[in-house]
Amino acid sequence: MKRQNGTDPAKSSVQRKHKSPKRFFAEIGMLLKEYTDQGYLRLSKLQKFFYKILAFFSKIPAAIVGFFKNIGRYIKNGAVSLVNEFKDIGRTFAQGDWKTKTSFFVMGFGNIARGQVLRGLLFLLFEIVFIVYMITAGGYWLSMLPSLGKQGPTQAYNEILDTYTTTYNDNSFKILLYGVLTIFFIVAFIYTWRLNVKQNKLAEQFLKSGKKLSSDKDDLRSMVDENFYKTLLALPLTGILVFTVMPIVFMILVAFTNYDGAHNGFSNNLFTWVGLDNFNTLLSWQSAGGGQSYSATFGEILAWTLIWAFLATFTNYFLGMFVAMMINKKGIRLKKMWRTILVMTVAIPQFISLLYVSKMFARNGLINLTLKDTLHWISQPLPFWEDPTWARVSVILINVWIGIPYLMLITTGILMNIPADLYESARIDGANAWQQYTKITLPYMLFITGPYLLTSFTGNMNNFNVIYLLTGGAPTNSAASGAAGSVGYTDLLITWLFKITTGAESQYYLASVVGIMVFVVVALISLVVYNVLPSIKNEEDFQ
Amino acid sequence: MSKMKKQHHMGLRALNRVSNSAIYTLLVIISIIWLIPFVFILLQSFRVENTYQVGYVIPHQWGFDNYIKLWNSDFKRWYLNTFIIALAAAVFQTIIVLCMSYTLSRFRFRMRNSLMRFMLILGMFPGMLTMIILYRVLADLGLTQANAVPGLILVSVASSGMGYYVSKGFFDTIPKSLDEAARVDGATRLQVLTKIILPLSKPIVIYTILTAFMGPWGDYVFARYVAFGTSAGYNVAVGMYSWLTNDQIDTMYTTFCAGGVIVALPVTILFLCLQKYYVEGVTGGAVKG
Repeated sequence: MKRQNGTDPAKSSVQRKHKSPKRFFAEIGMLLKEYTDQGYLRLSKLQKFFYKILAFFSKIPAAIVGFFKNIGRYIKNGAVSLVNEFKDIGRTFAQGDWKTKTSFFVMGFGNIARGQVLRGLLFLLFEIVFIVYMITAGGYWLSMLPSLGKQGPTQAYNEILDTYTTTYNDNSFKILLYGVLTIFFIVAFIYTWRLNVKQNKLAEQFLKSGKKLSSDKDDLRSMVDENFYKTLLALPLTGILVFTVMPIVFMILVAFTNYDGAHNGFSNNLFTWVGLDNFNTLLSWQSAGGGQSYSATFGEILAWTLIWAFLATFTNYFLGMFVAMMINKKGIRLKKMWRTILVMTVAIPQFISLLYVSKMFARNGLINLTLKDTLHWISQPLPFWEDPTWARVSVILINVWIGIPYLMLITTGILMNIPADLYESARIDGANAWQQYTKITLPYMLFITGPYLLTSFTGNMNNFNVIYLLTGGAPTNSAASGAAGSVGYTDLLITWLFKITTGAESQYYLASVVGIMVFVVVALISLVVYNVLPSIKNEEDFQ
Repeated sequence: MSKMKKQHHMGLRALNRVSNSAIYTLLVIISIIWLIPFVFILLQSFRVENTYQVGYVIPHQWGFDNYIKLWNSDFKRWYLNTFIIALAAAVFQTIIVLCMSYTLSRFRFRMRNSLMRFMLILGMFPGMLTMIILYRVLADLGLTQANAVPGLILVSVASSGMGYYVSKGFFDTIPKSLDEAARVDGATRLQVLTKIILPLSKPIVIYTILTAFMGPWGDYVFARYVAFGTSAGYNVAVGMYSWLTNDQIDTMYTTFCAGGVIVALPVTILFLCLQKYYVEGVTGGAVKG
């Protein structure tokens, strides 16, 4: 069949792509200087890929300049709109009737006076709660925020009991926490107050033009109709605000304090603001506690984290796809059974499977004991978790065991969606299995699963469970032992962070600096990939 | 020519047969590799003659000793804790995730895109970072250690709105014309949700319940942090992890295996029954991102 076709299109396209390296990059360079659609279309796939990456990086200086310009513009726009807001507030006060004027001080008064009792009462309630809170507590937290507390715990000799009794005074932790909460609350109050003023203005205009205001019943009805989204979002967003946003703000602030086990803010010492000292500590080259410097340790762990994330993502991806393709192949029977066997392992909680496998490969675990005592194949146990290289390879291999079923599931559906006639025509043109895979399957898969690969990569960077349950970071890296926690060769940034917080010194400030670094790295990678991959960008495309 | 073609055809068929048998061999090997640790756990949970790790798999002496030991330990309490958390998560997490994803899929309101971008950025912070403060807050509320269960439920449910991606992807595939038709007929948004969308969303509701229910069975880090040192507040993961530490492993190894079987069996059976929905959710989610 092959011989009958004069030219092999798959082959000729391969030949076309064999450009000399010089020409390969020269074409990209030309395009970077002077972009034309034609020039772009003339590039080969590989060139396009390089072009996108280079173009991304070449845009960075301009992007940074643009970023600051944007900030400038935002500040300017913000200032202008702030001035406008004030003007509007002033005008509302000056032109408003007595109901509106009273509402400036007693929130919701205008609403109540105009018949919108429900709204008015809510405004009023909010104002009362706010004032009471600020007088009883908020004022104190806010005034302490700049110093994070003045008086730590004091000990006084009690003559009657003949003991020292400790009095706990300021609490840095609570000051920081409630200080942040108070600021959130004040912002919310200002927003609500502004809303109250705006509603008065609108209500006046409405009544003047002879329209009717919405009644309480209308308001309630709109909560399940036009404004239904507000009702639906209220609970989830409150949860996220209190249990995610607030803690993250708090922890970012902790990075600028000296909060640790010895300065826990209430029972031993207060903690206080230290500026950028912690970032200097993490990035300095000075050795820490006799070992190598924090920056060297951080660099080593970051490098392994990236290598791990890359290998873990792509080994799973390609092997999972391979397994899916095997099961999908025409003529293979019992497809459902093969899939079920693999899927079953997804259901078993990871801590059971990972802990069990971890112990299985341990020094005196099942594998070593079987090889040594039962089969007498080895005299010394294999150092699965004792040797850095063995440990790293083992972790990646076991992760494949964990990950393949999941990837098999994901890829199976997508593989079946690839139009069969693509393969048909490729076969007629004489493309072999490998060519079909690289020319049809892989590009299609990469395009569709691009977003998934990105989230999977960042997910693997923060894959606490696999590393912690398998090795706990072991084997220990003795060179880095001076740095916080006992750092091991398989530790990721995230497990290091955990060790720092639970270690003897509990250097929370360092943990939060590491956390910020993880965020920076993840955000950077996402930004680059987002700009290079085509399939992520447009949300509406999928609808 | 026809003879050549026939030969060629037969060659292809032979090749196909060879590659198929190679695939079968591989699949059998893969199945063995994937199942073997679980078979080992099952076998070792019945081992009576000793409780530490040994160099063979099939017990010399069979019995239920490990399960009896399990029954007499704190395991019951841990199991109940985990079950309560899983049940609560399955109910509340599902409600929150569905509210969030339905809203983001169906409504176009001011700030919608900023909100989604904001949550994307929030998700890039390692969640572990917030553990320290959440622990202290829970401690102030008295929801740690022995009372860890409500604390864990609160925390896991509260932030679950961030995981809206998969179900939003599902809602995106339901044509908007359905909503619009109902709206024209005078239905409120609430009625659209309860009368039109929810009946169509059975697969994604089941998927969300299933994943929410399965999550707590493997939750280790935060559970350990919150229950710190108080056995009454442990979940199965934290409790059983303590059995495999160096000082306990020699007496508790086979008990761990028995516990593993007891934990894994119900979850796995439930999962296999609802496998169809899980597969749908996972595949849909990967495509939509």
